[in-house]
Amino acid sequence: MAIIEVQGLSYSYPDSPKPNILDVNLTVDEGEFVLITGPSGCGKTTLCRCLNGLIPNSYGGAFSGRVVVDGLLTTEHPVYEIAQRLGLVFQNPENELFCTTVEREVAFGPENLALPRGEVRSRAEEALGVVGISHLWDKSPEEISGGEQQKVAIAALLAMKPRVLVLDEPTANLDPLSARSVLNILAKLNTESGVTIILVEHRLEMVAHMADRCAVLDDGKLLLIGEPDEVLYSEAVDRMGIGIPKAVKVAKRLSFGSKSGKKPLSSRDLADIIRGGKQ
Amino acid sequence: MILFEDVSYSYSPGRYALEHVNLDIGGAELVAILGENGAGKTTLVKHINGLLKPQSGRVTVSGADTKNSTVAALARKVGLVFQNPDHQLFAETVEKELAFALVNFAMPPDEVSRRVDWAMKEFELTQYRDRPPFMLSGGERKRLALASVLCYDPQILILDEPTTGQDSRQKIRLASLLKRLNGEGKTVLVVTHDMEFVADFIPKVVMLSKGRVIAEGSAEEILTNRELLMGASLLPPQLAELSWDLALQRPTIDLEQVVSAASKLVGGSQR
Repeated sequence: MAIIEVQGLSYSYPDSPKPNILDVNLTVDEGEFVLITGPSGCGKTTLCRCLNGLIPNSYGGAFSGRVVVDGLLTTEHPVYEIAQRLGLVFQNPENELFCTTVEREVAFGPENLALPRGEVRSRAEEALGVVGISHLWDKSPEEISGGEQQKVAIAALLAMKPRVLVLDEPTANLDPLSARSVLNILAKLNTESGVTIILVEHRLEMVAHMADRCAVLDDGKLLLIGEPDEVLYSEAVDRMGIGIPKAVKVAKRLSFGSKSGKKPLSSRDLADIIRGGKQ
Repeated sequence: MILFEDVSYSYSPGRYALEHVNLDIGGAELVAILGENGAGKTTLVKHINGLLKPQSGRVTVSGADTKNSTVAALARKVGLVFQNPDHQLFAETVEKELAFALVNFAMPPDEVSRRVDWAMKEFELTQYRDRPPFMLSGGERKRLALASVLCYDPQILILDEPTTGQDSRQKIRLASLLKRLNGEGKTVLVVTHDMEFVADFIPKVVMLSKGRVIAEGSAEEILTNRELLMGASLLPPQLAELSWDLALQRPTIDLEQVVSAASKLVGGSQR
């Protein structure tokens, strides 16, 4: 079942000399984990804004094509309505947290849906539990680490019980351990709760193996989409500014993809193949 | 160039942010400062540009004790580029941003415009000359922040997390710029969590943990030391991990060496 359908999407920001998104077609099934990558300035953030309706509803500009999120056509429904189906996490959590405590922050969304008090409370508690920060409930978002802030931002969206989470480089400002912890939470949400995940990320070595499909954007166009190993072993990605995992680089140098058809994504998988002597 | 002698500093009693730190960074070095959150990286850096003065011990920057120098005087020698460019950029236009420090250092107007033009060209910002910095993209603002510091040509350059939000192509460009500056004789310190960037481009590492320098040496040697990395809560670079997974006799962070060792293993298993 498709939960997101993007058809013939093109978009230019007001005053932009050229299209920022050009003829993108993309269908995402419910429960899928789709990784989006590509060099900076390729349109990743713009695509995210198109998915939750911020574009064109709040940005203006020249928009054509169709984006349908869980049955809602984004040009016909306001952002707050789409936000109940699809939550967007930004790169810098500092820019989206504003309440005095973590609990207030996470309860803010459900309160605005005018849910009963008990329901708001239980949703907030559940969401904090899922991302593993229940102990921070009475802390100020300002006094916790960047990784914890990003988890608060994710919990705040989970409390809205969205069916889709879109995350725009959520680990860009995090140290590696916090990044890994946030990415593991996403994998868990996807496999255990069936939340559809669309993740924009540069650290492919940490996420490629989690994703069902990987999409590569370049200059506003959807250049490639397919299973992560197919995409990362294709020749087209070598010439782009994306961070190919080192295990893939080594395997490519040993002509793995072309010779044996084996396409390991992680160091462990590569080592198993080499040491197993089954190349 | 930079000398720390038994330096200790604490923000609150009983907890050291830096504890008995000794460090000697020579002339033209390119060094990464690594360490987990709260390891003391920022505190260390603030001692170099004089924002903080040691509570005990001594910090010397190109021969002068920082206790006897003002931040303003040190700023001439030590350029610090913050992690978040928004904490640093404030002028109305890109051009004014670049000229700000130069004007404050009372450089003659033609020198100011020469340097501003150089920086705009070097960092591909010429087309944004009259734009407000906040209208630029995240990556562009990051380049502008670096350009505004390089403009006044400090002898020591310190970059705090310069690779966040940058794609791999921009990281390669940044690395070659740092190499060039280093080759021109500058001391370049990179404070970072980005182990891949360090493994690929930075020859020397100083590793901090809980306010202490726990290791100092070549990136190759330190980043393949599993116990050391685990002890400091740092993730190893991918090539080190691959070396361990392949049980290589000499773990390395050099791609060519891993490829050559791996191809021997593949060849061996086929026979």
